[in-house]
Amino acid sequence: MATVSKPVDVVIVGFGWTGAIMAIELAQAGLNVLALERGEDAATVPNWAYPKVVDEIAQSARNGLLQNLSKTTVTIRHGKNERAVPYRQIGSFKPGTGVGGAGIHWSGVHSRVMPQELRLKSHITERYGAHFIPAGMTLQDWGVSFAELEPYFDRFEAVCGTSGKAGNIQGRMLEGGNPFEAPRSREFPLPPLTDPPTSALFAKATNELGYHPYPLPAANASRPYTNPYGCQLGPCNFCGFCSDYGCINYSKASPQTTILPALYRLPNFALRTHAHVLKVNTDNTGKVATGVTYVDAEGREVEQPASMVILAAFHLHNVRLMLSSGIGKPYDPDTGEGTVGRNFCYQLLNSVNLFFDQSVYINQFMGAGGVGQAIEDFYADNFDHGPQGFIGGGVIWGRQTGNGPVRGIPLPPGSPSWGSGWKAAVKENFLHAGRIEAQMSNMAYRGCFLDLDPTYRDAYGTPLLRMTLNWQDNDLRMSEFFGERLSQIGKAMGAKSMSGRVLKRGDNWDTRAYQSTHINGGTAMGADPKTSVVNKYLQSWDASNLFVLGANVFAHGIGYNPTGLVGALAYWSAANIRSAYLKSPGPLVHA
Amino acid sequence: MVAGLPAMQLPEGASPPSSAPAPDHPSVPDYRPSYFTSVEWAFINAACARLIPVDQHGPGGVELGVPQYIDRQMGTPWADGAIWYMQGPFFAAAPEFGYQSQLTPKQQYRLGIKAIDTLCHERLNMPFAALTPAQQDDVLKQIEKGSLTSTELSLSTFFSGFLLKNVMEGYFGDPMYGGNRDMAAWKMIGYPGVRADYLEWVGEAKPYPYGPVSIYGKRG
Repeated sequence: MATVSKPVDVVIVGFGWTGAIMAIELAQAGLNVLALERGEDAATVPNWAYPKVVDEIAQSARNGLLQNLSKTTVTIRHGKNERAVPYRQIGSFKPGTGVGGAGIHWSGVHSRVMPQELRLKSHITERYGAHFIPAGMTLQDWGVSFAELEPYFDRFEAVCGTSGKAGNIQGRMLEGGNPFEAPRSREFPLPPLTDPPTSALFAKATNELGYHPYPLPAANASRPYTNPYGCQLGPCNFCGFCSDYGCINYSKASPQTTILPALYRLPNFALRTHAHVLKVNTDNTGKVATGVTYVDAEGREVEQPASMVILAAFHLHNVRLMLSSGIGKPYDPDTGEGTVGRNFCYQLLNSVNLFFDQSVYINQFMGAGGVGQAIEDFYADNFDHGPQGFIGGGVIWGRQTGNGPVRGIPLPPGSPSWGSGWKAAVKENFLHAGRIEAQMSNMAYRGCFLDLDPTYRDAYGTPLLRMTLNWQDNDLRMSEFFGERLSQIGKAMGAKSMSGRVLKRGDNWDTRAYQSTHINGGTAMGADPKTSVVNKYLQSWDASNLFVLGANVFAHGIGYNPTGLVGALAYWSAANIRSAYLKSPGPLVHA
Repeated sequence: MVAGLPAMQLPEGASPPSSAPAPDHPSVPDYRPSYFTSVEWAFINAACARLIPVDQHGPGGVELGVPQYIDRQMGTPWADGAIWYMQGPFFAAAPEFGYQSQLTPKQQYRLGIKAIDTLCHERLNMPFAALTPAQQDDVLKQIEKGSLTSTELSLSTFFSGFLLKNVMEGYFGDPMYGGNRDMAAWKMIGYPGVRADYLEWVGEAKPYPYGPVSIYGKRG
């Protein structure tokens, strides 16, 4: 029998970016807020102190800051008639753990969304006709507009102290920014970071090719900064330990550096770590969430009653909680009915290593997760897709994220993988290699979805989430298009040779090598309860006192890094809870 | 405002987090392995000497302590598969679904070394460690490309997923883990280690002027 804990106004499941945002916004509104985090507590000191954290063996080789898959993982298959097998080791994507979640080991690229992406189905239909959407692609609009979200993008950037250069302030186009940018209300909080060698070469080459390079927005502070909560950031020193690492300098935005110091001062907020939530409880109508049940550090089940439940864990856990709690109708790929698990998407990443002459110093050991130059000439629908015959696009960038030798030294094609020849190659190339990438959208498909695995269970006895996903023809043709551009840009940058990975038709999703943690979809937001799990305010269509945050609400995989949109949606949801829901609890949208 | 909610809890028996790095255990000249048997230790040393040989480009893996690094790693939770999902059932799957074996790293080394030595005995009447360098290279190349196989386990997985990966970690990891003695592998490639402060240098595409620093503050 579960112990019953004292009721709270709001229980938040998961304490990364979205949990921290929702906690401070609702605690500031006077609610009694409890956050449940399954992992450890963590803070810049002691967890990411120098030199403890800048340890490639502990962090990169042994996944020190990532989810321990022995406790829980997912299973994966490429199609619905295959048997799924467990994701036993960290590979293609890297879920975080503990207080701060993936907001600790992220790189800090801080983009928004392109307005047309939020209404992609309508946009494609208007410009190219409904016939342009291939059979099996389940495109749908997101039910929210860019104009509605803009104040919350702005808010999240102000919280993060994001470094960048505006290209479009309220319709006024500005030199030095992204000419494809949707209107911003104001300039970035901080100016762009200094360009490392890779980014400088990328900007020069793409400019000469007639493209439009701009400094990638980075939640790595370029100057000292104090955010609206009074939290202070220090300037990034390009230490080279960013993605996979916690920040030693209080420069990379994380819940710890930007929100938690202010939140922890509020007496009506509490945090319980080592609390693994098993399910959202509902009343006998199934239409009201009554709280959650979790397992504590001692393995005891605890029932936590609450007036509101917020799912704020990482994508995988949010979707699984919806499925294992029986809220909403699970998606059925045969009939196309049901919503929970529908429109599960990922992102495609083409990564090309560039090898330069010995006179060209790239110094890949220096860098920051978010620093870089990028072009959006081929993002979303910034170019005519008619002749191309595919839907989607991506951002192409020359980032220099910082790399050390345990993380792997890229080598030119044909290099040996060991022995004297390998030694000669690492010695010759380590300081003279850079990387350019294309990060691309992934459309939603009828056959790509999430459900519960029938065979495998986690350490708590709960069925694992099962991923059914593979690359589809539309997206692979897009990837080939981007492969050609990467090759063109790499040559223009002066590379004497190139190696890497460009996804081509016939390629399957390979779960072994890291490509991106940007998995999304599965509890899509939208205007139609037949095709979405939450409404535009991220409120469950089925239980109005349940809100579901995270990239799992995306209706398809966008080309940008998702954190900017995930954070903005959390602020947007919180603002509507404060302004509307708390005054009159119940559905904010009537189906 | 409602006060009196329970504060952050540390589970009983858990030690408070520390800002200290992992312990400083650099390589020692008279190291005795804790996990590997003498036969296995001979294999590890011989394989390491071929994967990263002594040559004109820089130091070899054995002289930098890489075998010690691997032996010490056998005492970490990783070596028992503790950071992986290791529940069954185990099914063979296409390579792109990743590791699907029930063998832990410790078991990979135990079975992998035994299988390779058995193959060497069958073909050349000697264990791997007693072969000539050219014969050893040939065996390793055949294992890597999958033309030399065992019924016991996937030798190519043992080679690429464990042996070669761990040799590279030991060679390039911080000296506190037992390999990369005196940061010699870092010096070879021009990596400044954990200096981790490049604000004044990042905008200039020039040679970085300083030598490496290790986690325990030694300078190379």
